[in-house]
Amino acid sequence: MIVELGHFALLLAACVALVQTVVPLVGAQRGWATWMAVAAPTATAQLLLTAFSFSALTYAFVVSDFSVKLVVDNSHSLKPMLYKVTGVWGNHEGSMLLWVLILTLYSACVAWFGGNLPPSLKARVLSVQAAIGLVFMVFIIFTSNPFLRMAVPPLDGQDLNPLLQDPGLAFHPPFLYLGYVGLSVTFSFAIAALIEGRVDAAWGGWVRPWTLAAWMFLTVGIALGSWWAYYELGWGGFWFWDPVENASFMPWLLAAALLHSAIVVEKRESLKAWTILLAILAFGFSMIGTFIVRSGILTSVHAFANDPERGVFILGIIALFLGGGLTLFTARASAMQARGVFGIVSRESALVANNILLAVSCFVVFVGTIWPLVAEMLFDRKLSVGPPFFDAAFTPFMVALAIILPLGAVIPWKRGKLDRVARIMVIPAISAFLIAALVWTFQTERSILAPIGIALGVWLIAGSKMDLWMRTGRGDLQSRLRRLWNLPRADWGKATAHIGLGVTFIGIAALTAWEQEDIRVAQVGDTFTVGRYEITLADVRRVQGPNYQSIMADMVVERNGRQIAILNPEKRNYPVAQMPTTEAGIDNGVFRDLYLVIGDPQAGGGWAVRTYIKPFANWIWAGAIIMSLGGFISLADRRFRVAPGAARDRDAKPVPAE
Amino acid sequence: MTGRLRSCVLAVLLLLVPVAAPAVQPDEVLPDPALEARAREISDGLRCLVCRNENIDESNADLARDMRLLVRERIVEGDSNDEVVDFIVDRYGEYVLLNPTTRGSNLILWLAGPAMFLLAAGIGWGYLRSRQSADAEATPDLSADEAAQLKKILGE
Repeated sequence: MIVELGHFALLLAACVALVQTVVPLVGAQRGWATWMAVAAPTATAQLLLTAFSFSALTYAFVVSDFSVKLVVDNSHSLKPMLYKVTGVWGNHEGSMLLWVLILTLYSACVAWFGGNLPPSLKARVLSVQAAIGLVFMVFIIFTSNPFLRMAVPPLDGQDLNPLLQDPGLAFHPPFLYLGYVGLSVTFSFAIAALIEGRVDAAWGGWVRPWTLAAWMFLTVGIALGSWWAYYELGWGGFWFWDPVENASFMPWLLAAALLHSAIVVEKRESLKAWTILLAILAFGFSMIGTFIVRSGILTSVHAFANDPERGVFILGIIALFLGGGLTLFTARASAMQARGVFGIVSRESALVANNILLAVSCFVVFVGTIWPLVAEMLFDRKLSVGPPFFDAAFTPFMVALAIILPLGAVIPWKRGKLDRVARIMVIPAISAFLIAALVWTFQTERSILAPIGIALGVWLIAGSKMDLWMRTGRGDLQSRLRRLWNLPRADWGKATAHIGLGVTFIGIAALTAWEQEDIRVAQVGDTFTVGRYEITLADVRRVQGPNYQSIMADMVVERNGRQIAILNPEKRNYPVAQMPTTEAGIDNGVFRDLYLVIGDPQAGGGWAVRTYIKPFANWIWAGAIIMSLGGFISLADRRFRVAPGAARDRDAKPVPAE
Repeated sequence: MTGRLRSCVLAVLLLLVPVAAPAVQPDEVLPDPALEARAREISDGLRCLVCRNENIDESNADLARDMRLLVRERIVEGDSNDEVVDFIVDRYGEYVLLNPTTRGSNLILWLAGPAMFLLAAGIGWGYLRSRQSADAEATPDLSADEAAQLKKILGE
């Protein structure tokens, strides 16, 4: 019954979405205030309805209602409760419903917190949001209905893919979707601005917090996915340039670009048309990303053809919104006149460079991702595009970005002086250079990657700190420290996010250059040495888990005779899904991870054991977390909290000084 | 490393080892670290044909194991890295190469990024120039308010 109510609530939400698409849009065109006012309550109603619908599906999973087909396909009565809940979005249908739930959540937030938006803009934004929601709800209802019942319910379910039964991956999709769907708001703002034919500084201010939120969630989502791959797949890779990963990385790159170009719109009334275009493309890539994961089109054309109904629908949705948005853009872009005037050496120029590098690097990832498809269709070549291509073609842009970032961050708006920038940046440049020399001297491998990558990281971190410090002006240390503390949170957020990027750079460079590996057969009781560690395979046991059997090793790690850790790498087997997984035993450290994997029993006795020493591994994800923390600090800036753009636009309400 | 030597002795028994073993197995590792390093370098660029975007070093599949052993066999026989790769491509097709060649239509793939960068940089430069030269013409006249203020600051 509850399941049917959930289904019904979704249908109802679609009807409300239809009303919200049409009525406020007509109202905004005609200037009818009452029609425009329909948008806010319908947005709230949509959220309540989709939330109910999603809860109903979650309920079916929680109580293991095996009369629902989706539950049968993706759950099992013995599965731990956490994974029963996360199983709701561990499949195509449920994840689409989550997508729609998050979309309506964002719409409702625009309705609730957008009080200072001009009514016509607000109505149009919510109308576009509802149109997106409507199309997705229709897609769910007609091609991916999660509420279908089974005529003959089986006794138990088929279990969720064991790889997904993991805390890292359990929360990866919600964060990713919060990011993807957050970009729908910037898209809606862009479309609304195109309809109104007006983009001004206030618009830039309104769009920025939404972009920031979306980017922040995307960062967390991508980091979770990468972290999961690191500890779960059994050899400690953190990024594979897989189409699915690229699908989430492309919107991230564009969101980062959008974040920066919206600043130029807000502060300098320039780059307007470009920012609108970015907003449209970023959401376009988000939609493509959502579908790539589920449709499997990029892994093989045939997977797509297996399910043509969904595939064609998906292409239709993307064509509708991306095509429609771009058409509207070409028709109206010329109306976006830039107002700001600035010199070549200026913050504006630096941000243009930032946007070029981010957008082109996204383009490179895009071309690399779709090339196998293009080559097969146009040139009849079956080929692969893997990590070597992306490493070679993508990395140069990131290096260039890292080099210009600290410089751009301190150049003043309008017109700057290079010699002043150079004076400020002397200390970060020297520290980066010293670190590079130090690393080069002390590393045992003659790798060029580590010194350069780490120097860039240090350059980013030191440069960002210098940027903050220079903002405190002149005076004695105490007053400068006080001023440092009182700097706007947006400044702190900016520096924090840039520092995070530097930390990630260091992690990636150090891990890639200095990883150590040892593969061997060990008998129970054997001790062997890897790097500075002595590792003993103390025991191998069989362990029964809630819904799996495990072979678990007890491995003692010592250094200079002192015990550091006892690690328990596992090989699990999930009998229902008939799938083995590896659970690495990891000793996390600030400067290195010790990563142990137990393999198969060997014919001559003993076990295959693999040991990795992974220097600075955690810096990669720590950097990502710091980046999103920077986004969060920026979001908490009082300018956004008080009234985004309002003070600037109307001047009437003076903001009290702190 | 004695462990590696010992595992080579075990290599004779490798046919008895059960399948579905994760990634590189101890018995596959070559005794000469230099040769093994080359094998790793080559494997890094070869795709496991039955997997999703995994190189043969990372893959658990039997086919990947066969390919790893084949790579090592060729290395031990004295092939250069390129010869090993060519040998594998002859057998399994271009699809195994994770690093796409620059031959034929693949030039588009490799040049797309740099070309787009040049284009974007050109457009960006033009835009920056236009914003700069707009300086003279576009500086708006002072509004009446501002003119009055200026007058006041300059001392009437």
